[in-house]
Amino acid sequence: MAYTVPRPKLTFAEKLYLPNIVAGLAITFKHLKRMLKGETKVVMQYPEEKWDKSMPEHYRGAPTLVTDQHGRERCVACQLCEFICPPRAIKITPGHIPAENAFAKVEKYPAAFDIDMIRCIYCGMCEEVCPEQAIFLRKDYAITGTSREQMLHNKEKLYELGGVFDGLIHKWNPEK
Amino acid sequence: MSTAAPTEVQMLNVQIDGVWMQFPKGTRLIEACSQAQKFIPRYCYHPKLSSPGNCRMCLVELGMPKMTPDRKPVLDADGRPEIAWIPRPQISCAQDVSEGMAVRTDSPMVQDCRKGVMEFLLINHPLDCPICDQAGECRLQEFSVEYGNASSRFLERKVKKPKNVELGPRVTLDAERCVLCSRCIRFMREVANDDVLGFVDRGSFSTIACHPDRILDSNYSLNTVDICPVGALTSTDFRFKMRVWFLKETKTIDVNDGLGCNITVGARQNTVYRITPRENNDVNGVWLPDSHRLNFKYVASEQRLKTPLVRGETASWEHALETLAEILKAHGPESMAIIASARMTNEELFLVSRLSEHLAVNQVDVVPRTGEPDGILIPADRNPNTSGAKALGICGSTPGARLPGIAEQLRKGSIKVLLCFEDPAHCGLTEHDLSKATLLCVDILPNRSTPFAAVVLPGSAWIEKRGSMVNIRGRLQRLNQATLPPAEARNDWEILCDILRVTGGSNLPSTIEEVFKQMSAAHAAFGGLTLSKIGDLGVSIADSLPPSDH
Repeated sequence: MAYTVPRPKLTFAEKLYLPNIVAGLAITFKHLKRMLKGETKVVMQYPEEKWDKSMPEHYRGAPTLVTDQHGRERCVACQLCEFICPPRAIKITPGHIPAENAFAKVEKYPAAFDIDMIRCIYCGMCEEVCPEQAIFLRKDYAITGTSREQMLHNKEKLYELGGVFDGLIHKWNPEK
Repeated sequence: MSTAAPTEVQMLNVQIDGVWMQFPKGTRLIEACSQAQKFIPRYCYHPKLSSPGNCRMCLVELGMPKMTPDRKPVLDADGRPEIAWIPRPQISCAQDVSEGMAVRTDSPMVQDCRKGVMEFLLINHPLDCPICDQAGECRLQEFSVEYGNASSRFLERKVKKPKNVELGPRVTLDAERCVLCSRCIRFMREVANDDVLGFVDRGSFSTIACHPDRILDSNYSLNTVDICPVGALTSTDFRFKMRVWFLKETKTIDVNDGLGCNITVGARQNTVYRITPRENNDVNGVWLPDSHRLNFKYVASEQRLKTPLVRGETASWEHALETLAEILKAHGPESMAIIASARMTNEELFLVSRLSEHLAVNQVDVVPRTGEPDGILIPADRNPNTSGAKALGICGSTPGARLPGIAEQLRKGSIKVLLCFEDPAHCGLTEHDLSKATLLCVDILPNRSTPFAAVVLPGSAWIEKRGSMVNIRGRLQRLNQATLPPAEARNDWEILCDILRVTGGSNLPSTIEEVFKQMSAAHAAFGGLTLSKIGDLGVSIADSLPPSDH
């Protein structure tokens, strides 16, 4: 059904547009004045200066792997992140934890865990889907490299970026 | 509801969720409900096994016709019996339908029962789905979502049971995940005829165990993994290899023996991870021997022939085929023999027969393979397509009967060229004999003869092929391609077409469907069929095959 959008009736001053142009220019001049007086800063000297401190809590940087407070790698190679990853950046090779290992009860671990940072789109789906709270997006955003190999984060690199994460997963406690 | 029931079977009226239907006498109630599109969740019930009724998941509300004092059913206004509902739920798996029976599959009482059963089953469940191989095809997961509770009310300590137990060389047990449905116990007793499993430690600690003096080493042990509704029994071979949701499933048939068990090949990114049986009640039921399902590793072997070889040197296909054509043209038909294989598909064997006609070679046969039948699924004939080779005239009624003659003539020097689709060393030829002949081999792996071969052409394994085979009972079944052949290897039917082409053959098919078309035109047994008409379950052509001697 056709619907006619009611148009506002403009006054003579509004029809001239001049008052709005003047008001806009007033704002521009106000900022110009503050800048000249050194009250506002508009250029950041990156990379000497960084905005890391003012990054919001929910910022999504590079995905990383974390260990728990006992040094156990939290990832159990369930491959849900590999499944959910929209650009298919994650590749996991599962392995068996040998019986003599202190964390033998967990049975499974990632023998290899690669994230291709050329493919990663920082969407955070891997963090959201992880049932073990093993993968987190940290605040690293300047992921650079001079070759494709350098842009492939292997398990070692992922743990280096991720660090330790204390948490409440008691599932693999032998007592539980 | 049931179609094609013999007329003498009595049909019974059963009311399912308010709708009256007819089922043949002897139908299980759970099956009747399934036929009426009312799925009833179950753990212990399996259509091929007995019904102990111990999981209690299939509880339904049952009613029987109201009876007058003189045992006549009370009829309502529509002439249907009035129902007296039983106040307690009943299991539907151990109950046959009876006249006037009524069932409610989704009433509030039934829903409550399922919720309760699920809560009890999950009380001691370890919830280790992230590492469990069953995740993704687990009945406990599925029914928990469908019928269970969102959270657990259980605050006490969970019962600890043995984990990661080797029940046998191929099966691993996690007793904490077990729901004690006893399917594996019944399978080993009723189907595998090897009663090694049982329950021990009655009560909270009840668990599956092997007989103390035995291990679960039956050649059918991996079927217990298939029928295990949860992740208690897992395949040691497949353990932690790949999550099941990544696997691309291809319906094909097994080629380790003459029966041709129907199987599903699970592959991801051109790598085969597991093979599971596929239901076909005319062939293998729902079972598959372990020896067959684990026999796929050689397909991904590093040793695979990846490029053509001319006298041991890597060569291009063009050069290899030219060399092969020169050799074939330089020799008369009486000095050539073809050793085909009963492991080839009908399409390939048909092209072999075309090639032998084209080259006028009469010495053609296949290598027979036999073994002890196991009395369950594995027959004596260990070649998958002996019937096809017979039907296409590649071999006589006794496969391999011409091989000693070929070997003898080769030793005498009257046969000089052997075109082999299987290792000719199988016909009793020594290395000395093989080194004298000019060998033209098509194979997937190096064998005892390839070092002596003038030309070696890399072919495809059965997992990489599309085609058809005829099993020992005369059932025409279809192979489908699950993975691609490695590097420059080609499909065997393409290689045969290439050989026909370079030797001056005409009317060459360009697709596998065309090969089948030519074959069905030339052989009455395949008349009126196409590859797609064979379907996933195959068709019987036993009536149009020449009478078999066994």
